[in-house]
Amino acid sequence: MMNIIIGQYVPGKSILHHMDPRSKLLAVFALIFIVFLANNWVTYGVIVILTLVAIVLSRVRLRFIYKGLKPILLVIIITFVLNAFFTKSGEAIFDYGWFHLTTGGLQQAAFISVRLLVIVIMTTLLTLTTTPIDITDGLENLLRPFKKLRFPVHEFALMMSIALRFIPTLMEETEKIMKAQTARGVEFSSGPLTQRIKAILPLLVPLFISAFKRAEDLAMAMEARGYRGDIGRTKLRLLKWGLKDSLLLLVVIVLIPVLVLLRG
Amino acid sequence: MNETMIDIESLCFKYRNEDPDWILDHISLHVEAGEWLAITGHNGSGKSTLAKCLNGLLVPEQGSVKVKGFFTSDEDSLWEIRRSVGMVFQNPDNQFVGTTVRDDVAFGMENHGVPREEMVQRLSESLELVGMSEFQGQEPHRLSGGQKQRVAIAGIVALRPSIIILDEATSMLDPRGKSDVLKVMHELNKTRGITVISITHDLEEASSADRMIVMDEGRIVREGTPIDIFKEPEGLVEMGLDLPFTVKLRQLLIEENGLNLSEKAFTEKELVDELWKLQLNI
Ligand SMILES: Nc1ncnc2c1ncn2[C@@H]1O[C@H](COP(=O)(O)OP(=O)(O)OP(=O)(O)O)[C@@H](O)[C@H]1O
Ligand SMILES: [Mg+2]
Repeated sequence: MMNIIIGQYVPGKSILHHMDPRSKLLAVFALIFIVFLANNWVTYGVIVILTLVAIVLSRVRLRFIYKGLKPILLVIIITFVLNAFFTKSGEAIFDYGWFHLTTGGLQQAAFISVRLLVIVIMTTLLTLTTTPIDITDGLENLLRPFKKLRFPVHEFALMMSIALRFIPTLMEETEKIMKAQTARGVEFSSGPLTQRIKAILPLLVPLFISAFKRAEDLAMAMEARGYRGDIGRTKLRLLKWGLKDSLLLLVVIVLIPVLVLLRG
Repeated sequence: MNETMIDIESLCFKYRNEDPDWILDHISLHVEAGEWLAITGHNGSGKSTLAKCLNGLLVPEQGSVKVKGFFTSDEDSLWEIRRSVGMVFQNPDNQFVGTTVRDDVAFGMENHGVPREEMVQRLSESLELVGMSEFQGQEPHRLSGGQKQRVAIAGIVALRPSIIILDEATSMLDPRGKSDVLKVMHELNKTRGITVISITHDLEEASSADRMIVMDEGRIVREGTPIDIFKEPEGLVEMGLDLPFTVKLRQLLIEENGLNLSEKAFTEKELVDELWKLQLNI
């Protein structure tokens, strides 16, 4: 049987795992902006220390955090290099034609890279310690006020959860169709690129047809089970806001004046 | 004496107005509380369409469908009808809404606004009933087809229904999954008195029903106990239905070997008993 992991969630029992998804979502969202308050060694130091504390609290192995970072690592490196070579301030360290490396440039590059790193690590920690369905629930709950503006919050959340539910099913199906088409002589993994792109078509067409059939069946089944939108619905999954959630938000809020005071 | 669960009066239905023929053509049918009714008929004979008329997924063009006294054409009672008429569909995957077994069983209760505390209680109760308690947190892609169908039944049972419709609910299952699902349904039928309407191509399965209906081109062409229907198997085969093995065997024994079998020998046990007696008589 295939082992499909959706999202990056790593099961665990850490304090971060046990927190309410809402507090984590709010904290990460706020931190993305708060990070921009930092502008000198002290303020960046504070933020880096907080990030390290969060990593320790999550008790997630560094390997997983690295995995979350990997796709964005190149961007961070490029940002670092560009900033390092194109910012001219402070003493020159190295000067050759187009390239100027200055102490100010290096510092600027380091700051911006750290800023990016912190943002990515924070969001990674969120997805590592929260199941996708919890994130969905949390978002649905937080976005509730927007219902008044006719933003379809409930429908959006239901859509997310159904998508999560059907990803493994559709992946299994893709594999099945691929095998069936391979048996008919379609080559998916070898041959020239144009050929391989053409081979995707006999994969996509049956996949789409079956997905539409599934959608139709599902809609019918949901209606048969009394679904009629967000009217008079109760919920099984509960969100529990605890003391640690309030504490987390308190830390985030206190961080703002601290950074404002310390920044240069 | 028995309470009437479903009362259909010359129901006519078609999907598109321009269609020349009715898909359901003047169907009249009464179903009583606690009954197990099997509906068979070849592909396209209108079985699923009829099923969808029973919980108001489709509403009659002519005639009426009354469920526990409520008309399906009445928008206001539709919700109550859908609570008391549960429906299990053919494809186990395409009716599983939740990301886990728990969530899926709860889906119907959430829709009907069951308070959370009661929801939790009914949840474990109905999972227990279908024998899926230890799979509570399981994701659907880790379940077999039969297990998924039992979860679907649990989701319905949790709503305290009076009627459960199985629309070829076992046709995609292996023999094991099939017998598990049917066992649960027979249990519900006996102990809770839930009325069961089972749509099936499998006449073997249909032969355990209290009453049987054969449909053809949107009409009910035969109606009676399975014994009555199998007594005259002529016409069933022409309709593309595969007779149960014992019925075929009985027919062959009578026609080819000239054995004198009684009218009741349909199940394997009855047939074997009759054959024993024949041997002893010689
Ligand atoms: N959504 C639809 N739109 C239009 N026509 C439909 C629709 N669903 C079914 N039909 C038609 O209605 C007729 C009866 O279909 P129905 O699904 O009720 O048959 P069935 O007895 O359940 O067949 P099966 O044994 O294949 O499940 C068929 O001729 C079919 O083509
Ligand atoms: Mg059908």
